[in-house]
Amino acid sequence: MSGFDKVVNSYEEAMAGLEDGMTIIAGGFGLCGIPENLIGEIKRKGTRDLTIVSNNCGVDGFGLGVLLEDKQIKKMVSSYVGENKLFEEQLLAGELEVELTPQGTLAEKMRAGGAGIPAFYTATGYGTPVGEGKEVKQYGDRNYILEESITGEFAIVKAWKADRFGNLVYRHTAQNFNPMAATAGKITVVEVEEIVEPGELDPTQIHTPGIYVDRLIQGTFEKRIEQRTVRQA
Amino acid sequence: MSLTREQLAMRVARELQDGYYVNLGIGIPTLVANYVPDDMDVMLQSENGLLGMGPFPTDDQVDADMINAGKQTVTTVTGASIFSSAESFAMIRGGHVDLTVLGAFEVDVMGNIASYMIPGKLIKGMGGAMDLVAGADNIIVTMTHASKHGDSKLLPQCTLPLTGASCIKKVVTDLAYLEIADGKFWLKERAPGISVDEIVKKTAGELVVPEVVPEMQF
Repeated sequence: MSGFDKVVNSYEEAMAGLEDGMTIIAGGFGLCGIPENLIGEIKRKGTRDLTIVSNNCGVDGFGLGVLLEDKQIKKMVSSYVGENKLFEEQLLAGELEVELTPQGTLAEKMRAGGAGIPAFYTATGYGTPVGEGKEVKQYGDRNYILEESITGEFAIVKAWKADRFGNLVYRHTAQNFNPMAATAGKITVVEVEEIVEPGELDPTQIHTPGIYVDRLIQGTFEKRIEQRTVRQA
Repeated sequence: MSLTREQLAMRVARELQDGYYVNLGIGIPTLVANYVPDDMDVMLQSENGLLGMGPFPTDDQVDADMINAGKQTVTTVTGASIFSSAESFAMIRGGHVDLTVLGAFEVDVMGNIASYMIPGKLIKGMGGAMDLVAGADNIIVTMTHASKHGDSKLLPQCTLPLTGASCIKKVVTDLAYLEIADGKFWLKERAPGISVDEIVKKTAGELVVPEVVPEMQF
């Protein structure tokens, strides 16, 4: 039974095996639902030439932005970047490569990658710079481009709760890209706010089944807010 | 007078229907939420994975795990649902969203739209805009009719890289409401006090002007 226990005891153990040049799929949208401690561990390890697939690249000093400080990222695959100065500097200096990918295509690339589908046709991006050089196929009266799916040596995921078997529940919009990222890693590492015993989570309410999860760790989170916007009470 | 941002939003809001699921882009489109008629239920979709977006939170309601596509803290309305990005874009790409409202730099007579690359500036990315314009059937573009220098943004052919091809059918500008069909702009309404001549002058793409162009009422 303990063969299903995914819990590891340290962040070092959680990211063991990560090497230079690998591809990491990361969950999160902006700074919401990002695996902030796993990112911190990648920074501590100093792994370089990484390709990171994530909707955004954090901000200066937080989230994936910290990996720019020591130039650990070679390439970003994202839908929206440049909320950070360092990113812009490295991009303009040619030290960083960016593959801009429409947000829905990015989510589907991860989903398809995790589901064993190597490529898919989508109307998104047809007739735009995104479609340049890609195969076009007509279905009905519309044109579609062929987009290849993405998998990575690692996926890093943030969830709210997990049981020891790696069944995951996300909280609010911190879900975002995390469920797809969880499926697309050869090694999927998940950090959560709380780990409970198997049986304590309602099986009908699981977002990500434990089959996708290889390593699980409980952490504490800063949860920085990018655009704190309030109204008067 | 050309329409204010609020009037633009008010004009767009007239396209809403009870029971509509709506995705509003950043900027003027966001203001449309302020003009949903009281007798109508509309659910706002936020592409980071939220259907039923509510107003901004009060100070004590702020939750870092509860944001919109603009990364602002938000709340949910009764009957909201939250889901993954793949699910969110499945509803967008699958054509399930009833109305999409977004801004643009240029549109042309073929219904092409350019909205994500500003010339001479660093490209930050398209976010979900390409998915939204490719997936939605009912899209309204809001923008100013011409640039500050007076250059028309309604063109025979977009000059900037496209966000989507042949996907725009309705445009609300500060001067007019127009539709796009058969490779032409069709003038449908004009802003209060704006002459047809001015609209013609500021529309670079082919424009069909009917005998009577009703004035928008506010």
